[in-house]
Amino acid sequence: MAKRKLIDLAHARSGDKGDLVNIGLIALKPENYPVLVREVTADRVKQHFAGVCKGPVERFELPNLGALNFLLHEALDGGGTVALKADPQGKTYSTALLRMEIDVD
Amino acid sequence: MIRIANGQGFWGDSLQAPVEQIRRGPIDYLTLDYLAEVTMSILQKQRARDPQAGYARDFVELIARVLPDLKDRRIRVIANAGGINPVGCRDAVLEAAARQNIRVKVATVTGDDITDRLDQFLKRGIELKNMDTDEPLAAVRAQVERANVYFGAFPVAQALGKGAEIVITGRVADAALTLAPMIHEFGWKETDWDKLSAGVIAGHAIECGAQVTGGNCQVDWETIPNLADIGYPIVEAEPDGTFCVTKHAGTGGRVTVASVKEQLLYEIGDPTQYITPDCVADFTTVQLDQAGADRVRFTGIRGRPATNYYKVSASYTAGYKAIGSLVYTWPNAYKKARAADQILRQRLGLLGLRFDAVRTEFLGANACHGIPAGEPAPEIEPHLPEVVLRVGVRSENRAAVERFTREIAPLVLNGPPGVSGLGLGRPRVEEIVAFWPALIPKSEVRPEVAIWPSES
Repeated sequence: MAKRKLIDLAHARSGDKGDLVNIGLIALKPENYPVLVREVTADRVKQHFAGVCKGPVERFELPNLGALNFLLHEALDGGGTVALKADPQGKTYSTALLRMEIDVD
Repeated sequence: MIRIANGQGFWGDSLQAPVEQIRRGPIDYLTLDYLAEVTMSILQKQRARDPQAGYARDFVELIARVLPDLKDRRIRVIANAGGINPVGCRDAVLEAAARQNIRVKVATVTGDDITDRLDQFLKRGIELKNMDTDEPLAAVRAQVERANVYFGAFPVAQALGKGAEIVITGRVADAALTLAPMIHEFGWKETDWDKLSAGVIAGHAIECGAQVTGGNCQVDWETIPNLADIGYPIVEAEPDGTFCVTKHAGTGGRVTVASVKEQLLYEIGDPTQYITPDCVADFTTVQLDQAGADRVRFTGIRGRPATNYYKVSASYTAGYKAIGSLVYTWPNAYKKARAADQILRQRLGLLGLRFDAVRTEFLGANACHGIPAGEPAPEIEPHLPEVVLRVGVRSENRAAVERFTREIAPLVLNGPPGVSGLGLGRPRVEEIVAFWPALIPKSEVRPEVAIWPSES
């Protein structure tokens, strides 16, 4: 198995709702989608954002769009107006996720 | 088929976009979204100083500028520009029209403001529990500034039915601005769950403006043409609930399945239950096809019955914050920035200041991506040309936050070398307005639709 960075296989967009960040992860090609489903589990994402995401990570599948949606709870230092972060709305969590390395066939 | 355009994704978006939507090609409806949660609090503060204020003044200026075009082209406008004073907004629009000797029918949708009824609700056991934490609103009642319900599309459609050429709302769900003309034109019923869900998803696709037409798009972003003149989105809606997302010919940007997917996934939770006042839409049923250049077709959308609740957003004050920045330069920029952070924290300690949170980030090293980015590689780190030290504090105690703002600038002369204050001056102390999401039974609130000049 070879290692690849997610940025070679997927694109993403993230946004906020209170202290929660959602990250939509979208396969660049249809054949990449099963690899994302297999490798990019909620646990892997929780681990990737260790120290950033204080709560649980949920994952939802959208096979029709070749996409996964992740919800990172307690991930924004209190959220939008409360947060002291340079990215208080989690807009750059999308590209932070694309740094992840996964095993591909 | 009807064409519904979005010309504003948030208050602060391009002032030119709605003008281009009107003038560069055919549209039937122009929707404009001005209200983020934080906007309502800003409007509240403005109205506290001036009872006539409390709505998006940009909207009135826009209407004054384009009203003749709207009349010529028979374009109807739907905007949540009313903020916390839709009637004031309506009067300002009518006044602007009168100055140009143009007659225009303007409707308002109100009733979303429940600020004055909160105590009555709490007394009757409607606890308005926080949807995230389950705490009852009573926990922060004393700090609450205002509370609004998110209405759906039907009152807006009713306003269109009364002949309104401009509909001004307070709080309504963003997607309702787009769904409403479909209900009005196609005669959709309150139980047409699949069609309503299609309209909601159409609204979700265009409610953030150019974020679906190539803005903030990761796929081949460098080749997306002419972002300087980016076209804002247009939905071409059919009575059966299918639709295309496109933009005016000749504008910049790009509408592809990839750009649309990014926007569909923006700020959603469980994709099988996207809850809105009008229905529960299922994003896993959407089928997308590239139907032509800059044109994506949506089919297959299914949905389920609406819930018995409206969402409420209450805002409450939650202390103060301030954020200060300094830029450290080569050599060893990152090391100097970290040393300055330590010195600053020691000084805050010596002053006996207590904060609920002190947060330091190093822009240029790993601020936005943080821990997933890791630390800069050891061979690179000493050679970084510059690193911005960014320190924020949060406290209930305004004086402590105020004192913090005086401790940044001195570091330029009494801390590590090679530093600039970025020309920003002393940091500003900001009052924090936080948000409280809750649910309320629909039976407790009623949208009110009024039109001016009146029908009689």
